[in-house]
Amino acid sequence: METFLQQVINGISQGSAYALIALGYTMVYGVLRLINFAHGDVYMFGAFMGYYLANIPWIESRLGTSAASAVFVMLGAMILSAGLGILIEQFAYRPGRSATRFTLAFWFGVLGAGGGQLVGQTFASVVLGAVVGIAVGAVLEWLGIRPVRQESRLALLIIAIGVSLFLENGGQQAFGADPKFFPQIIPTTSLNIGPLNLDSQRVIVLLVSLALMVVLTVIVQYTKTGKAMRAVSFNLDAAKLMGINTDRIIAFTFALGSALAAAGGILVSLLYPRIDPLMGVMPGLKAFVAAVLGGIGSIPGAMIGGLIIGMAEVMAVGYGQSTYRDAIAFVILVLILLLRPAGIMGKGMIEKV
Amino acid sequence: MGILDVRNCTKRFGGLIAVKALDMCLNQGDLYGLIGPNGAGKTTVFNLITGVYKTDEGSIELDGRTIHRSKPSSIASLGISRTFQNIRLFRSMTVLENVKVARHMRKKQGIVDAIVHTRHLKSEEDEIERDAMQLLKIFNLDARADELAFNLPYGSQRRLEIARALATAPKVLLLDEPAAGMNPQESLELMRLIRSIRDEFHITILLVEHNMKVVMGVCEKIQVIDYGETIALGTPREIQGNPKVIEAYLGGA
Amino acid sequence: MKKWVFWLVALAALAAMESSLRGLIGAYNYQIVILVGINIILAVSLNLINGYTGQFSIGHAGFYAVGAYTSASLVFYGGPAIRGATAFLPQIAQNAVLLLAGIFAAAIAAGIAGWAVGIPSLRLRGDYLAIVTLGFGEIIRVLILNIDAIGGSRGFSGIPQLSNFFWVYLVVLITVVTVHNLVNSSYGRAFISIRDDEIAAEAMGVDTTRYKVMSFVISSMFAGIAGSLFGHYTMYLHPNSFLFTTSFYLIIMIVIGGLGSIEGAILGAVLVTVLLEVFREFGAFRLVNFSILLVLIMIYRPQGLLGAWTLFRPRKAAPAAK
Ligand SMILES: Nc1ncnc2c1ncn2[C@@H]1O[C@H](COP(=O)(O)OP(=O)(O)O)[C@@H](O)[C@H]1O
Ligand SMILES: [Mg+2]
Repeated sequence: METFLQQVINGISQGSAYALIALGYTMVYGVLRLINFAHGDVYMFGAFMGYYLANIPWIESRLGTSAASAVFVMLGAMILSAGLGILIEQFAYRPGRSATRFTLAFWFGVLGAGGGQLVGQTFASVVLGAVVGIAVGAVLEWLGIRPVRQESRLALLIIAIGVSLFLENGGQQAFGADPKFFPQIIPTTSLNIGPLNLDSQRVIVLLVSLALMVVLTVIVQYTKTGKAMRAVSFNLDAAKLMGINTDRIIAFTFALGSALAAAGGILVSLLYPRIDPLMGVMPGLKAFVAAVLGGIGSIPGAMIGGLIIGMAEVMAVGYGQSTYRDAIAFVILVLILLLRPAGIMGKGMIEKV
Repeated sequence: MGILDVRNCTKRFGGLIAVKALDMCLNQGDLYGLIGPNGAGKTTVFNLITGVYKTDEGSIELDGRTIHRSKPSSIASLGISRTFQNIRLFRSMTVLENVKVARHMRKKQGIVDAIVHTRHLKSEEDEIERDAMQLLKIFNLDARADELAFNLPYGSQRRLEIARALATAPKVLLLDEPAAGMNPQESLELMRLIRSIRDEFHITILLVEHNMKVVMGVCEKIQVIDYGETIALGTPREIQGNPKVIEAYLGGA
Repeated sequence: MKKWVFWLVALAALAAMESSLRGLIGAYNYQIVILVGINIILAVSLNLINGYTGQFSIGHAGFYAVGAYTSASLVFYGGPAIRGATAFLPQIAQNAVLLLAGIFAAAIAAGIAGWAVGIPSLRLRGDYLAIVTLGFGEIIRVLILNIDAIGGSRGFSGIPQLSNFFWVYLVVLITVVTVHNLVNSSYGRAFISIRDDEIAAEAMGVDTTRYKVMSFVISSMFAGIAGSLFGHYTMYLHPNSFLFTTSFYLIIMIVIGGLGSIEGAILGAVLVTVLLEVFREFGAFRLVNFSILLVLIMIYRPQGLLGAWTLFRPRKAAPAAK
């Protein structure tokens, strides 16, 4: 019985991490009707940012293993990842939707930086490469190469897959392909609650995730921006007509989702400290499954879906075949969608003919 | 018993009752009008008859066969075809191909025929094409057979929808506001066409139309519904003088 | 041209090329040519579901895996018996019989898998269908990981090498001709009508359920055959070759080329396979290049490189009968 309860706690903490990632999927899907396949990689990026922040010598020596250092690392990584989310939206998804500039300059700059690193291995060569790339891109754009208006959702989806591949492989190049070990930024102790023996990390993961979900709910339900987000989700064109700056709201949605994913990345890294540039692939996919399970576009749905998947995985590993672990999320998905084609919280609508 | 028999049909969307205990009976060769204010439930009746929506209560029979539990494609092959209020042509196909799709269900091509492109298939394809071109000619669309349907002007798209519906060789043809968006001249011509189709193809036609002139001019029997319920049934003359009908139109619109 | 003449010439040309190609271009390039061929089969067949029928499937790797493993196990375990039964034939004919048996089994097994996935998926639309097909693909992969008789997570080794340029490109030809003929028949029009407007298609008597399942089944059968050819070329299979990323690459191929066009799928398959090889010397930077290129193509040419352009025009309309 104790082990069962302990498993339940483990399941909830694993599930709340999935839920944090799933929220980003569901919010982006809400505003753009896009499966943002790059989202799992933002989670990876968040974990790496946390890793580098925690290893800044000044932080290590001043704050060490303390609540302050944990908060610094967490918030820092969330902000950096939010920035990444905004960049992705601006340079990959927005061109073709709104008139944007410097798309070519941006991507050529990235290419140049990568090429510079490959050739010179120094900071200067990276910068030089980036500058050359930006210049070339800017000139091409000046010559009149412009994005085509995006009417195909499929093309957008391929862009998302492209960005995902980019982050995974860019991550391997920038961070190195070998796994790294996430530092212990909060002390580990055992908590005994009655017969239960819990380690503090899990409890913190659980509490922080819940707190973030509460914060998100407040933002979405009660702030002006949150209301605008819901309006854009409901009907983008109508929201635009009503004077909402939809591009700003979409960028905000990406920032919010990416920050949550980064938080998820750090929380999971507290439990499983091994991090590598491909760590986002499977959790990202499962979080997406969680979002679909809950009814994509629905925020409470994403939370419930995350918890279901996390719980099922932990139970299956604890009581059954761990080799089937990666299939469990999908089996649940298939079963639930066959019963409820629009997900648990999704509304089934009869198409008006 | 008529060729198309709708009995006591009800359809709800959440709390809204779109069609309420509706009866309707068409006899072979009828040119039957279904009218009513906007939102009265006319399109929903079409969707129930063609199986796009399932009835909540009641039954629908075609030639004595129960059809309200069948899927739309089976109902189509049993002999009911339709046009849509919001034009639903196949947008990536040419005018001719649109008609061919509908014709195809009357032929049986084996998959092996299709893959190997046998001689049998070729002769059948030619036949389908001949039939399709013939239909297009009737609707004056043969000159534009190879254009994308999507590029046709609005009125021609409406006519193409009727041609496509006829290609399935229906017993009963349902037309949902075929004259919508046409000018008076075009509407008049369309009405003449509808009557001649009925006579030449020996089919039964159920017509939903907002243009009263058109409906009164072409239909022999008219049923008026409001809020999903029948409020009048009779000849155009009877309907025109019916106070309930006048009330529904004046009060509703 | 008479059909049988075409096939006779094709067979002769393929046989001639098989005997000289490796010497001409070297073993490394030969292998790339084979991979290109296998990817063409996969892309052209996937295009049937995604491009023509308009159903968004990203689980093609699963059917590819089913075919690869079915054929490999049949030949691995049943090979000696089949060779015994055909001992009177020369070696090369024995190999052909073995490969054809494998291909046949692969097509059947993958077709059944396609049917099993197609039926339940019919209730789902758009992104829901996409994620479920992806899920099925992953479930298949995890199942394979757990079957010890076919190597499990160690991978399946010791598969006899039976396929080569001749067989791969013979199947490429068959796939292209089949899909081309199919989409230019009433079946193709039915598929496209579903893509364009499912409700109108049903109203015109197109049994959309039947045609969707049919396109799933046909498409998976070809994926299965591609799997068989792959396993009998590389002589080793590992579940990681059939990750969902493989399905992603196939989707990329058909979208880059231009969805709903056979030429587009072929171009996409060639381009993606060759690009990935060309960039190989850059290490991790290879996929950085590739992914940025992909993003840029989709931003600047979302309809794909070829768009709806097609080399083989369907027959012109006949004049109306008088
Ligand atoms: N799929 C649907 N979901 C919800 N409500 C619907 C749907 N289809 C029709 N309705 C409602 O049913 C009523 C009747 O609609 P309709 O049959 O289209 O009217 P008409 O064709 O007579 O103008 C309307 O109030 C409409 O909003
Ligand atoms: Mg209507």
